[in-house]
Amino acid sequence: MQQPNRLKPFFENIHFERDDNTMMVNFGPQHPSAHGQLRLILELQGEEVVKSRPMIGYLHRGMEKMAENMIYNEFLPTTDRMDYIAATSNNYGYALAIEKLLGIEAPRRAEVIRTMLLELNRITSHLFWLATHALDVGAMSMFLYCFREREYAMDLIEDYCGARLTHSAVRIGGVPLDLPSNWIDDCMSFLDVLEQELKTYEGLLTENRIWKMRLENIGVITPEMAKSWGCSGIVLRGSGIKWDLRKEMPYGLYSELDFDVPISYTNDSYGRYKICIQEMKESSKILKQLVPMYKESDSQLIAHSPNYISAPKEQIMTQNYSLMQHFVLVTQGMRPPVGEVYVATESPKGELGYFVVSDGSPYAYRMKLRTPSFQHTAILEELLVGLQLADVVTVIGNLNIVFGEIDR
Amino acid sequence: MRKYTPKDNVQRQAYFSDRFFVSPPVPRFPIDSDEIFSKDFEEINYSINVQEAYIEHTHLVIVIDKSFLLSCVKLLKEKLEYDMLMELSAIDYLSARDGYEIFYEFLSLSKHKRLRLKCFLQKDESIPSLTSLFKSANWSEREMYDMLGVKVTNHFNLKRLIMPDDWYDHPLRKTYPLQGDEAASWYEVDKIFGKEARDIIGPEQRDPAAIDRYDTTRFARLGHEVPHGMDISQFEPETSISYQEEDTSKIMKKLKPEESVVLKRRR
Repeated sequence: MQQPNRLKPFFENIHFERDDNTMMVNFGPQHPSAHGQLRLILELQGEEVVKSRPMIGYLHRGMEKMAENMIYNEFLPTTDRMDYIAATSNNYGYALAIEKLLGIEAPRRAEVIRTMLLELNRITSHLFWLATHALDVGAMSMFLYCFREREYAMDLIEDYCGARLTHSAVRIGGVPLDLPSNWIDDCMSFLDVLEQELKTYEGLLTENRIWKMRLENIGVITPEMAKSWGCSGIVLRGSGIKWDLRKEMPYGLYSELDFDVPISYTNDSYGRYKICIQEMKESSKILKQLVPMYKESDSQLIAHSPNYISAPKEQIMTQNYSLMQHFVLVTQGMRPPVGEVYVATESPKGELGYFVVSDGSPYAYRMKLRTPSFQHTAILEELLVGLQLADVVTVIGNLNIVFGEIDR
Repeated sequence: MRKYTPKDNVQRQAYFSDRFFVSPPVPRFPIDSDEIFSKDFEEINYSINVQEAYIEHTHLVIVIDKSFLLSCVKLLKEKLEYDMLMELSAIDYLSARDGYEIFYEFLSLSKHKRLRLKCFLQKDESIPSLTSLFKSANWSEREMYDMLGVKVTNHFNLKRLIMPDDWYDHPLRKTYPLQGDEAASWYEVDKIFGKEARDIIGPEQRDPAAIDRYDTTRFARLGHEVPHGMDISQFEPETSISYQEEDTSKIMKKLKPEESVVLKRRR
């Protein structure tokens, strides 16, 4: 560590001057395969990685600090910018954490709509992952195919909330809108298309010689390693540990839904690819089950809790008391009970947790955002050692890291 | 008299609070209400002095002294099957209690339970690192040090993680200002032109996306085209918009609705 002073300024790249045989390579933060702003300092012996040091912080926006200086509803759109590939999963995790803190529950129809959006987001996120990962490894056509289907899914989300990437479609206590009239039919026809296309993807990749050569036995994460590094999501399931929060510690509607949790015992990148494909199928299975649930549910969309949640729009415009209460909640913000809550949900990347400390004021005293990609980047320190330089790109792409949620 | 703003907490405060309003506490349950937790607690309480323990939101929360931290985590990991450390960080209580509260969020895959271990740390004290037991503590502890300035002992690489290495202060502390230093923003103006020039030059523009609407050197406005660098702050002449092909040959034919296909949705 340098000790900079006036005469000796801080030099970023001073460590690159070395006397031994190894070579230092600076990978990123502008490298297209760094999936955002990852900077890797790699020490190479020939083409083999001897030491790797990931460096982050290039996308740091101080979200935890922002959370301490915003009222609870104000912070919700900021959570979109964490895992911007699947924004609703962040919104949902946040809304669920605050709902647990307040001790309220979203109405059933809101919960159904949320789960629909969550699973649709899971599909878009996995498609995006498959597209960029395949592009990194060299399969350009996969990128085009996956992005086409992702586009359809984003059209569906756009139909619902008007936004394609940063949805903010989940609110604390429910959802703001009901589904548009023919949304469910559109969604079902999208799932049919997806089912067909998934077969194409699998036909192109699963037995593809190059794909297998690049992925098999690359980035092996043993179960012990996965547990110790705090991995979650596909990375944990790829190490043969059957752990999906939707199944093991269910929240929302997931205890009523019937779906499987695919796992792989190969511990390598290829296994994780297979899980990803399976999970998209499971998500579409869940979406199909949600349709009858939606039709059976009441039309109430937002929880009734005058102390914390504003009334629905038409009530605000017609009822005096609702308007007054809405005014207070918007200008001052809700004051949740004093206490702490940690709520974890299964985002497409893994365990997304919100730790909220409330001191009873409208601003959170402390909010810690536990994001899956953070630990999945930390593991690169150990995982890349011993791999070839070309495999580094495979591993980074395969771990599905998104920098919005690493730097926060 | 100047308005008093506390120095130890410069974060946003509620602008109005009812004198008689008291937020209710989040409900806490005794440990005997959960079978697995009560067994775990007995095991921990047997060897470690537990200061406080309760169940909050399906989590077992255990408050211990920091001297027992390593032995307690070891017990949790090796005997009680809390095999994952999901999260760790600190809460800044420097103004209220002159220290930090450190929390560790554990998950047991076999028991499907979550446990939160908490300990209080005085301002100048340091906390032992958990990297020998859980590798996930590596970056989390670095982040905690970076963001809150909590010192960690026995960490093999305790460097700043998110902020640059030469950054001053720790951003998540309650004393960390929300806005930049006002004097610093005038520094160059004062140094080069003197304080008198402040009015003429104006404050430093720190928004990279800011646009001056009277700037005719970099921007042109449709319908208000003027020569480069002309001063339009007093008067903005209007230029009529006309198209080249209006009187002469047409570049693009007019589309006739009856001859064209309108797509209802994306193909």
